[in-house]
Amino acid sequence: MSTQETYNYHVVRQFAVMTVVWGIVGMLVGVLIAAQMAWPVLNFDIPWLTFSRLRPLHTNAVIFAFGGSALFATSYYVIQRTCGVRLISDKLAAFTFWGWQTVIVLAALTLPLGITTSKEYAELEWPIDLLITVVWVCYAIVFFGTMVKRKERHIYVANWFYGGFILTVALLHVVNSAALPVSLTKSYSAFAGVQDAMVQWWYGHNAVGFFLTAGFLGIMYYFIPKQAERPVYSYRLSVVHFWALVFTYIWAGPHHLHYTALPDWTQSLGMVFSLVLLAPSWGGMINGIMTLSGAWEKLRHDPILKFLIVSVSFYGMSTFEGPMMAIKTVNALSHYTDWTIGHVHSGALGWVGFISIGAMYYLIPRLFDREIYSVKLIETHFWVATIGVVLYITAMWISGIMQGLMWRAVNADGTLTYSFVESVQAMHPYYIIRFVGGALYLTGMLIMGYNVGRTILGARPAEGSPMPAAAH
Amino acid sequence: MADFVSEFWHWFIIVLTVGGLLAMFPLIILNRGDKPGGDPQTTDHTWDEDLQEYNNPLPGWWLNMFYITLVFSFAYLLLYPGLGRFPGFLGWTSLGQYEAERQAAEEKFGPLFNQYAAEDLKVLARNEEAMKTGERLYANYCAVCHGSDARGARGFPNLRDGDWLYGGAPEQIKTSILDGRNGAMPGWQAALGGEKGVFAVTEFVLSLSDREHNAQAAAEGKAKFQQLCVGCHGPEGKGNQALGAPNLTNRTWLYGGSQKTVMESIANGRQGRMPPHREFLGEDKVHLLAAYVYSLAAELEHE
Repeated sequence: MSTQETYNYHVVRQFAVMTVVWGIVGMLVGVLIAAQMAWPVLNFDIPWLTFSRLRPLHTNAVIFAFGGSALFATSYYVIQRTCGVRLISDKLAAFTFWGWQTVIVLAALTLPLGITTSKEYAELEWPIDLLITVVWVCYAIVFFGTMVKRKERHIYVANWFYGGFILTVALLHVVNSAALPVSLTKSYSAFAGVQDAMVQWWYGHNAVGFFLTAGFLGIMYYFIPKQAERPVYSYRLSVVHFWALVFTYIWAGPHHLHYTALPDWTQSLGMVFSLVLLAPSWGGMINGIMTLSGAWEKLRHDPILKFLIVSVSFYGMSTFEGPMMAIKTVNALSHYTDWTIGHVHSGALGWVGFISIGAMYYLIPRLFDREIYSVKLIETHFWVATIGVVLYITAMWISGIMQGLMWRAVNADGTLTYSFVESVQAMHPYYIIRFVGGALYLTGMLIMGYNVGRTILGARPAEGSPMPAAAH
Repeated sequence: MADFVSEFWHWFIIVLTVGGLLAMFPLIILNRGDKPGGDPQTTDHTWDEDLQEYNNPLPGWWLNMFYITLVFSFAYLLLYPGLGRFPGFLGWTSLGQYEAERQAAEEKFGPLFNQYAAEDLKVLARNEEAMKTGERLYANYCAVCHGSDARGARGFPNLRDGDWLYGGAPEQIKTSILDGRNGAMPGWQAALGGEKGVFAVTEFVLSLSDREHNAQAAAEGKAKFQQLCVGCHGPEGKGNQALGAPNLTNRTWLYGGSQKTVMESIANGRQGRMPPHREFLGEDKVHLLAAYVYSLAAELEHE
């Protein structure tokens, strides 16, 4: 335990606990709005409970509160452990924690009140955007400052991905949030028309590419080899897929604007680079899964490893689906349908959710110097969550493709076979299945909350006793 | 093309795109590694007690997949627009695709609607086949406002009640759909001297359809009505289809008939807008739709 005293675990503990808390909150809101899609009466005719206002609250809570806290926690842990030094500033690190939590609370207050820029995944108004910028700059100072001070000569691969994520998100946030304030709660985008749409989706897709992918690949590169107790499969693969991924992702945004006012050449470039993105993405999947080669039997007994490996499998599936949906002819069917929602959630629930959950189960006993309360409950969480994800995404695939086909179906006389409301009616059963899937995933999170709570509040293990799921 | 304000940006796009894609090759080739075989070696670094990396060569199937996407990219960018102002050898544009698909649909389905358009609206309304097509058009273009059952909603007229703002003759219905309608009732709060005057006129308007009302206020309101309202609604309050002014004597209310809502209508006025469909649907389809809407009211007569 002597090394632990030299590391700043305090801020890691704070972010780790908030990852679980915000996970439960964000997914609870998700389950509510999923229920509203099936039973609109659950809007209760109360403005701040309507789908339109709770949906951005859900996305902000799961991406930036749950996902963000997981990224802060793991990156602060990994940069210290792999550089062999303590964070350069405890105060600045503490500021990033309290600053980020303030951002989240402000989001939870303003979004239900209808205060929004209406930019997807960037809905927060300008004063909050400024706070995000300050927090993010401090985060970069703490992270890169610690990296500069490192005792190891080589920078571990996880830190390349964390570093790329921090730098790019700073750039994306500042450019897309550029706006002219007219009051404390209202501003107008600095961009107009199709340029605004293009900047928005350059941001939006790279929020996926760098926040939800590069950052979480950083998690993968530390926690999979650690939990599997195996070396990473291939260093050279990590070099190639890192550079190819960060270069290619930044171009892919226009595929969100196929067949719109965006110029044809821009759409083509978006499609082409989205296709090229397949191999760099799968490079990460290969490195994650193949790290386990020669140790596959561990999957049978270790539910944390199950979370991590199934996560990477969902990553591979989503990153095949994404380039496919970016092809114009496929997009003509899939765009504006539930297929997109299914695609996002196979990435969000399967990849981002599972890798974060796995990493937290690894981290929390170590951070609090406890044994996990129940390995069996981790196993239960894994199966409940997996069934939840599968129900969710299959329901959305069926519903989405059905929607796309119904919208384009034409009668012999050239009229549309179905009116819009008929397609809405046809989706109803799938909305119920989606709700059930989401509710299962939330149940898993509640099990985790219980397990983590009992772990933290439980007694310290006797000196020298082994940690079953965590020993190395 | 106006997309580029100068030659510079055209070349900027080309150099970045082609250069970026080409740069993938040295990245892959320089890092590819030897063919698989032998025991994997770790790089000689260890982090955090036990973190190590093997240095396995890049998997062959993965490399081939990477190469295929790169080759596809170059081929696509030669055939389709993408490299700045270069239009691609196929000459494809999204606008061109839209026009072509539209024209193909026009050629295939146009004659049918053309044939319907030649028929008299009243005759067409009895053609079952045509009315099925009309129903599909109605479901897609009209139902959002007028409802799937055509019984309207607040501010959107009921098409089945036999009460017409602009006339229920087939030709009048066609004109409404073709060129749209703009209902404009001005607000009278100021002209009536505030709420008291509005109340008086409201009571009179309610009396027109024998609704419960305050007789004294209605008598006051009648004078104001004769002064300000008769121009559109007529001396007896029966409305005027030439102006789209509603009949106030029949208990059919477009915006709701409660005393409060009628006061609101008189005080602040109402703006109703039926959008024109001449450009959007074309005259042939509107002709069929008019027959369909007429047939809905005709159904009513049989009921």
